[in-house]
Amino acid sequence: MPAERSLSERVAAGEARAVARLISGLEDGEPRAVAALRSLHRATGKAHIVGITGPPGSGKSTLTDKLIRHLRGTGARVGVIAVDPSSPFSGGAILGDRLRMQDHATDPGVFIRSLASRGKLGGLSRATAAAARVLDAAGYDWVIIETVGVGQSEVDIVRIADTVVLVSVPGLGDDIQVIKAGIMEIGDIFVVNKADREGADRVVREIKGMLETAAALSMSQPAALLSQGGHHGASALTGTGAFGSTAMALDETGHPILPPIIKTVAATGEGVAELAAAIAAHRSNLATSGGLEARRLEGAVTEMRGLIAYRLLDELEGPKGRELEARLARAVVDKEYDAYEAADILFAALTQGGRA
Amino acid sequence: MERKIRVLVAKPGLDGHDRGAKVIARALRDAGMEVIYTGLRQTPEQIVTAAVQEDADVVAMSILSGAHNHLFPRVMELLAEKGVDDVLVVGGGVIPEDDYDFLKSKGIAAIFGPGTPTGSTIEFIRNNLKRK
Amino acid sequence: MSEIENLRKAIQAWNAGVDKAVAKFPERRTDFVTGSGAPVARLYTPLDLEGRGYQAEIGLPGEYPYTRGVQNTMYRGRFWTMRQYAGFASAEESNKRYKFLLKAGQTGLSVAFDLPTQIGYDSDHPLSAGEVGKVGVAIDSLEDMETLFDGIPLDQVSTSMTINAPAAVLLAMYIAVAEKQGVGPDKLNGTIQNDILKEYVARGTYIYPPEPSMRLITNIFEYCSKQVPNWNTISISGYHIREAGSTAAQEVAFTIADGIAYVEAAIKAGLGVDDFGPRLSFFFNAHNDLFEEVAKFRAARRVWAKIMKERFAAKNPKSLMLRFHTQTGGSTLTAQQADNNIVRVAIQALSAVLGGTQSLHTNSKDEALALPTEASVRIALRTQQIIANESGAAETVDPLAGSYYVESLTNRIETEALAYIKRIDEQGGAVKAIEGGFVQKEIQESAYAYQMAVEKGDRVVVGLNKFQIEEGKPTGLLRVDPSVGEGQVQKIKALKARRDGARVAAALSELEKAAKGDSNLMPPILEAVRAYATLGEVSDVLRKVFGEYRPSVMF
Ligand code: B12
Ligand SMILES: Nc1nc2c(ncn2[C@@H]2O[C@H](COP(=O)(O)OP(=O)(O)O)[C@@H](O)[C@H]2O)c(=O)[nH]1
Ligand SMILES: [Mg+2]
Repeated sequence: MPAERSLSERVAAGEARAVARLISGLEDGEPRAVAALRSLHRATGKAHIVGITGPPGSGKSTLTDKLIRHLRGTGARVGVIAVDPSSPFSGGAILGDRLRMQDHATDPGVFIRSLASRGKLGGLSRATAAAARVLDAAGYDWVIIETVGVGQSEVDIVRIADTVVLVSVPGLGDDIQVIKAGIMEIGDIFVVNKADREGADRVVREIKGMLETAAALSMSQPAALLSQGGHHGASALTGTGAFGSTAMALDETGHPILPPIIKTVAATGEGVAELAAAIAAHRSNLATSGGLEARRLEGAVTEMRGLIAYRLLDELEGPKGRELEARLARAVVDKEYDAYEAADILFAALTQGGRA
Repeated sequence: MERKIRVLVAKPGLDGHDRGAKVIARALRDAGMEVIYTGLRQTPEQIVTAAVQEDADVVAMSILSGAHNHLFPRVMELLAEKGVDDVLVVGGGVIPEDDYDFLKSKGIAAIFGPGTPTGSTIEFIRNNLKRK
Repeated sequence: MSEIENLRKAIQAWNAGVDKAVAKFPERRTDFVTGSGAPVARLYTPLDLEGRGYQAEIGLPGEYPYTRGVQNTMYRGRFWTMRQYAGFASAEESNKRYKFLLKAGQTGLSVAFDLPTQIGYDSDHPLSAGEVGKVGVAIDSLEDMETLFDGIPLDQVSTSMTINAPAAVLLAMYIAVAEKQGVGPDKLNGTIQNDILKEYVARGTYIYPPEPSMRLITNIFEYCSKQVPNWNTISISGYHIREAGSTAAQEVAFTIADGIAYVEAAIKAGLGVDDFGPRLSFFFNAHNDLFEEVAKFRAARRVWAKIMKERFAAKNPKSLMLRFHTQTGGSTLTAQQADNNIVRVAIQALSAVLGGTQSLHTNSKDEALALPTEASVRIALRTQQIIANESGAAETVDPLAGSYYVESLTNRIETEALAYIKRIDEQGGAVKAIEGGFVQKEIQESAYAYQMAVEKGDRVVVGLNKFQIEEGKPTGLLRVDPSVGEGQVQKIKALKARRDGARVAAALSELEKAAKGDSNLMPPILEAVRAYATLGEVSDVLRKVFGEYRPSVMF
C-alpha cells in the first residue's frame, strides 16, 4: 500500500477535497492546517490575486462569474474566494455568491469557495489571505477575492490583492459618499457596473473628478499623507494602490496616470473583456515597475500583523484570557487598578504567559 | 476555537418551491451555522462539486416536486464516487413516507416533512455530524 | 353635539369600562393580530370609517371603484366558475381526469403542466430526468396537446393554463388544436398565466431575463387583442407570492406593482391601454383569516381601478375592473390530521366568495402529502358547491360591506399596499425592484416571521402545534407512474422521425430571425408548433437569442 500522501502534497497536486479541507482548517486555526500551509509556502506566489470590492448588490459576483468565463477562455485555472459577512447576532452566515457562478459549478478548472467573515478584526475573514495562498499553491493561475465593500473590508483587501477592482453602480447615492470617504486611493481599476442603467456616465465623471483631485493633491504633497486615512497605516510603510504608491506612475508630460475607469454590464458581459484587459495590463505593469514586490512586502507585513492580532485575540478569548479579563475588570471597577494598569497586566500575561 | 458547522442548502432538480429551503437556511444561520445557499435548479453534479469545494459538513436538500427518488440517490452516488464519506446528508419537503426507507437505504440520514419545526432539524444536525 | 361626537364620547366611556374589567379578567392575549400579523382592535365602529366617503371609496357593485364587485348582480346572475387545477402524468391520463371533472359538474378546465414543460425542456432533456409528468402533465409537442383535449370541444369549455415563460408556445398549441377541431381562435375562451414577474420572486419557472420576457408578454397581448379576443392574456398572480410567505397586504401590493409593470410595457410597445386592459385578469390566494381575506379582495379591486383610471387614464370600464381567480391557501394546510384541511378550505373558499371572486379552486385535503386523489378532489369541489347552493353567501352582493371591521381592514390593506407600491415606484418599478431583490426579501422576511410564530406557538395551527395526536403513515395517496418519462421520450423519438424535418427547421430559423428583430413572435411560434416543432426546440431558439435569467437572492 502506498504511503498516504500528506495534506499539503494533495493540495499541491490540486486535489479539490484537500484544498477545501485545508481552507477550513485554516479558518478554524487548526495547527495541522497551519503546518500544511507553511510547508506549501515556497510553492506560492505564482497566482495573480485580484480583489473585487464594492457595495452589496453592485454586481461583484456577477462580474466575477463573467471574469471566470473570460479567464477560462485563455486556458487559465481560476480560484474564487467569496467573502460575505457573518451575522453579528448568531455568528452564522448565509453565503450566496456561488449562486451567481453556477455556469462554472462543475468546471474542474474552477474552484469556488465561500467564506463567512467571522469578522472580529476588520471585514475580511481572517483566513482570506491564507485561503488565497492555498488556491495559489494548488495551481490556480488567478485567484479572485470578492468582498463586500462596507466598512473595513475594502481597505483590507488591498493588502492581500495584487490588483484591486473597485465596483460602483449608478443610483446608489451614498455609494459615491463611501468613495469620497477615503477609499479612492485603494483602487487600481474602477468599474462602473450596471451601465445599462441611467446615470452611469455621471458616476464615471464623478470618479474621474475625484481621482484627478486626489492626483493633484498627491503631486503637491507626500504620498504618505494621502494614505494616512488612519486604517491605511500599512501603506505608509511600503506604498500601494493608485495613490498610496510612493512612486506614482507619471506620463511623459509628468502628469500622474489615472487608473482606468471601465463601464460594465456584468449581467450581459458587456465591458468584461475590457476589464480583463485592464487587469492584465495592471499585472504586467506591476511586474515591470517593481510594484509587485512592494505589494507583496506590504502583504507580508499585513499578514504578520494580522497573525499577531488574531493570536492576541484568541488568547484574550480563551478561557485563561476571559478569566483574567473578568478579574481585572472587577479590579478596575473597584478602583484597585486603573484601566491602563489593568491592560498592561493583561497584555503581559497574554504575551508572556505571565500572571494569569 | 469552536468549529463552525457548514451546511450546503440546495434545491435539486427543476423544483421551484424555495420557501422551505430559505426558511431552513435562515434558521440554520440563526443557530450559528454557515450556510451556503445554492438556489434553484441544481443538478446532482453541481451539488456534489459545491459540497466538496465548500467543505460542507452537511448537505441539506429540499424537494417538493416528487423527483426525490431519482435525485437524492444520484447525489449519494456521486459523493461516493468522489470518496466523500464524512458528509451528513439530509432531505426535506413533500416526500411520501413510503419512500423514506428507500431513501435512507441510499444514505440519506433523515427526512423532514411538512410541519417539522426548524429546531428539530438543527438538533438533528448538531447530534449527527459525521465529522467532529 | 353632533352624532359622531356623541359616539366618540360613548365609546370612550365604554372603553374605560372595559379596560377596567380587562384589568381584572384579562383577555386571551395582549395582542390580537390578523392572519397576516396586523393588529386587531377590540371593537370597530363608525369612527374607524370617518373621513372616507361611501360613494368615492365603496360605491355600488359594477361601478367605480368596484370595491363591491365587478358585476352588478354578482352570483345572483351566475355562480363563479368552479375550476380545479389538475394535471399529471401523460396527456392521456390528464384527459381522463378532465373528463371526470367536467362530469362532476366543474365548469372550466385548469391545466397543470409538469416542470420540464413549464421551463421549456422536452421530456428527453437531461434536466427532465425524474421530473416528467410528476407534478403536471408533460407536453412536448402539438401531438400531446391534441391528446390532452381529445373529445373536449374547445368552443364549449374555458381553459386556464398555468404556463408562464413558454406561455406563447402553449397558447399557440391550443390555437392549433382548436384549428384541427374546426374551432376558430375567436371562439376560444380561457386564460394563460403568462405572468413572468412573479416567477422571478415566488414561483421559479422562469427561463429568459426580464426584458425579452416582457416582450413575449406584450406580443401575446397584441396578438390576442386581434386574433383571440376573448382570451385572458395574463393572470397577474398574487397567489404564489402569498404562498411563498407574504402577508395579505404584500400580496396585493406586489401583484398590482407587477400589473403596473405589464401595463407600462404594453403601452411602451405601442398598445392602447383600453385595447389590452379589459383582458388583464388576476389571481389571488384565500387564507384562513376570513375577514382579512375578504377585505383584501375588496381593497385589490379598488386599488387597481384607481391606478388604471388615474395613472393610465383608461376609459373603458372593463379596463378598470379587477377580475380574479382564487385558490385557497395551500401552505395553510397540514400533513398532520389532514381531514382538518377540509374545514380550512371551506373557510377560505367562503372568503373568496364573500370577496367576489370570478372563479375558484379549492385545495384538497391531501394537499401537504401528494397530488390529490379523485376522492379528495371531489370533496374540494363539493365544498364550493355547498357554499354556492347552501350557505346563502351567494344570494346578495358583497354581503360584508358596511361591516366596520371589514371596511377598516379594506382601508388598511389599501393603505399598506399603496405604501409598498410607492416604494417600488421609487426603485424604478417592479422589474427593477425584483432585479434588486427587494420584493424577494420582503416576502422571505414574512415567511420566516410566520414560521417562527408557529414554532413559538404564538400562532396556533390546529393539529400541528396544538391538539396533536399520534398518527400512522397516511395511506391511499396518489402516485404518479414513473414510466411516464420513458413513454414521453419514445413519443418524441417517433415524432421526430415522422414529421417534416425541413418544415421544422425552416420554421425555427424564421423564429430565430424574428426574435433577433422586433416583430411579433406569435405568428412564427404558431407556425413552428403546427410543424410539430417541440416545446424544447422552440424554447431553445429563444434561449439562444434572449439568454437565461439568473435569479436574485438576498438574505
Ligand atoms: C407553497 C407551495 C407552492 C408555492 C411555492 C412558493 C415558493 N417560492 O416556495 C407555489 C404556489 C409557487 C407553488 C407552485 C407549485 N406547486 Co406547490 N405547494 C406549496 C405548498 C402549499 C406549501 C409548501 C411550503 O412552502 N410550505 C411551507 C414551508 C415552510 O414548508 P416546507 O417546504 O414543507 O418545508 C418544511 C419541511 O418540509 C422541512 N423541509 C423542507 N425542505 C427541507 C430541506 C431540509 C434539508 C430539511 C432539513 C428540512 C426541509 O422543513 C420546513 C419547515 O418545516 C405545498 C403543499 C404543502 N402544504 O406542503 C404545495 C406542493 C408542494 N406543490 C405542488 C405542486 C404540484 C406545485 C406545482 C408544481 C404545480 C404545477 N404543476 O404548476 C407548482 C410549480 C412550482 C415549481 N416551480 O416548482 C405539490 C407537489 C406534489 C408532489 N410532490 O407530489 C404540493 C405538495 C401540493 C399538492 N398536493 O399538489 N407551490
Ligand atoms: N441591470 C443590471 N443588473 C446587474 C448587473 N450586474 C449585476 N446585476 C444584478 O444585480 C444584482 C446583484 O448582483 P450580484 O452579482 O449578486 O452583486 P454583489 O452583491 O455585488 O455580488 C443581481 O440581481 C444581478 O443580476 C448589470 O450590469 N446590470
Ligand atoms: Mg456577491
